[in-house]
Amino acid sequence: MSVILQVSNLVKRFGQLTAVDDVSFEISEGRCFGLLGPNGAGKTTTIEMMEGIKLPDAGTIRYQGKALGAQFRNEAGIMFQTTALQEFITVHEIMVQFSRFYPITVSIDELADQYALHEFLNQDTRKLSGGQKQRLLLAMAMINRPRILFLDEPTTGLDPQSRRNLWKQVQSVKEQGATILLTTHYMEEAYELCDEIAIMDHGRIIAHDAPDALLAAHFDDVVVQIHADDIPRVIGEKEFEAIYRNDNAHIVTGDVNKTIEHLLHFDIPLDRLRIRARDLEDLFLELTGKELRT
Amino acid sequence: MWKRTYALFVARNLEFFRDRSALAWSVLLPILIIFVFAFAFTEENPEKFKVGMIAGGELEGASAAFMETRYINFIEFAEIEPNLFKVERHQIDLMFDPTTSRYWINQTSPNGYIVEKLLIAAYADSGESLQQLLVEGGEIRYIDWVIPGVIAMNIMWGALFGIGYVIVRYRKFGVLKRLRATPVTAIEFLSAQILSRLWLLLAVNIVIFICMDYFVGFRMHGSYFNLLLVFTLGCINLICCGLLVAARISSEEVANGVLNLFSWPMMFLSGVWFSLEGAHPWMQKFALLLPLTHVTDAAREIMIDGAGIVQISDHLLVLGVSSVILLVVGARIFQWE
Repeated sequence: MSVILQVSNLVKRFGQLTAVDDVSFEISEGRCFGLLGPNGAGKTTTIEMMEGIKLPDAGTIRYQGKALGAQFRNEAGIMFQTTALQEFITVHEIMVQFSRFYPITVSIDELADQYALHEFLNQDTRKLSGGQKQRLLLAMAMINRPRILFLDEPTTGLDPQSRRNLWKQVQSVKEQGATILLTTHYMEEAYELCDEIAIMDHGRIIAHDAPDALLAAHFDDVVVQIHADDIPRVIGEKEFEAIYRNDNAHIVTGDVNKTIEHLLHFDIPLDRLRIRARDLEDLFLELTGKELRT
Repeated sequence: MWKRTYALFVARNLEFFRDRSALAWSVLLPILIIFVFAFAFTEENPEKFKVGMIAGGELEGASAAFMETRYINFIEFAEIEPNLFKVERHQIDLMFDPTTSRYWINQTSPNGYIVEKLLIAAYADSGESLQQLLVEGGEIRYIDWVIPGVIAMNIMWGALFGIGYVIVRYRKFGVLKRLRATPVTAIEFLSAQILSRLWLLLAVNIVIFICMDYFVGFRMHGSYFNLLLVFTLGCINLICCGLLVAARISSEEVANGVLNLFSWPMMFLSGVWFSLEGAHPWMQKFALLLPLTHVTDAAREIMIDGAGIVQISDHLLVLGVSSVILLVVGARIFQWE
């Protein structure tokens, strides 16, 4: 698979703060690449430099072997984390406006079908709901049938149903062969959509591989999850080294049978017990000592 | 409710005071306006009437007594004849040549009537005689004199705020950032803004002009094409001023301050509402730096005097050259974010 975008030794500073610190990676054509990290990790700054919105203080970004230029602008689709739309114009009018920016475009009807825009096509952009606006922004990013699509936290602030709908739409973009660069702090989203992920913290990439490969490389154990009300903290933390998070005690173990025997020994009810494989959230915690959504 | 209101009140105050540049503008602007008015229109310059005179020469007798009259601003001219049109237009109330004791007056001027009475009174006991000369030509109504300035001023507000403020708002809310992510270049974006605002301003002001002409009936001695040319060039110039202001600012409050800094001096020092004849020389020189002065003067020369393209070429040159400079500088320093 050929490399479509290559990032080398990228650095960006804001005063004393180094937001992006010597970041390098490559994205192969047709892949979905996820940049993960907590707020302030430097992922939006990184993606904005790759989009050509911000200039790096050092390092290079090459699209198909060349510096970002007119070809990149014509072939890239971009959906920012937050975008204000021009006021007093309708969804259809803004789609028409954006379609005039590009040499090759998808018809507005086709986009309206694909992203379910028909119901609000003639509505003022100021009167859209969060989900409608995200669908419109994705449609606008897709208007030039992009070879590479940048999605910066596309589902932040959406309800679970809207989020799942947007995932489906991103999956369909992926099936059309576009390369996707996605930033998110939703692990489920990254796992669902990305072929490859890079985890950022303090402006640096601390892990980079396919999600399953990363999990396999770091974990050979599972998590036994018990509702926090069922296992007193004193016992949980002392006897099982449990970590209490999201109303649950998480016990990491390489031997589930032995752990269950141990729990029964302390008369812990197992009605709400769940065994799960390690996920990206655990990986991030393992690598940085922080939770992703802090 | 009051608790929430108070919380919002405090937060807004903090935001305002922490935005140092906006705070500076909000303080500096009124100071500058007061400063200008203090010099231009204070008691140090309280003249009610304007009398034009031949420059130089020692005065004695009745003419010296007349010169001591309070509340008259005596303006010196090198020659009388080329400036008589100012009496015709009521810009000067009376033109007086003390060497020959002749004076020129427009009998339709109320101020001219009063100044003439003062002049005659000064000469009453001297035994010297005065010669009255009437200025030929029709009366210029104030409406005829003021309308080119009003149209120019309307263009100024529309150009400065319609461009400057809107671009700053686009930048602040990320609209520019989204456009930057497309193949649109800065020059394409700026050109679109200029063209859109240009045609809108011209269309609106042509309609205003036609409607007002229908009801009031303006004096129009020149070519409508030349007038359109002046307003078009003025429009481009003022739009470019707006672009320059909006090239980098991302705070609406700062933009508001800077745009007011551009517009209010133009409003009062471009001769829109009153003639600057007799104003302090520095103010007259300063007025020549303002694009609105050139738009207003050129339009007046066309409408009132029937001036052709050659007569107004100096104004067109200033507007044209400064537009190019403003546009080039504005485009060079323009930032999407």
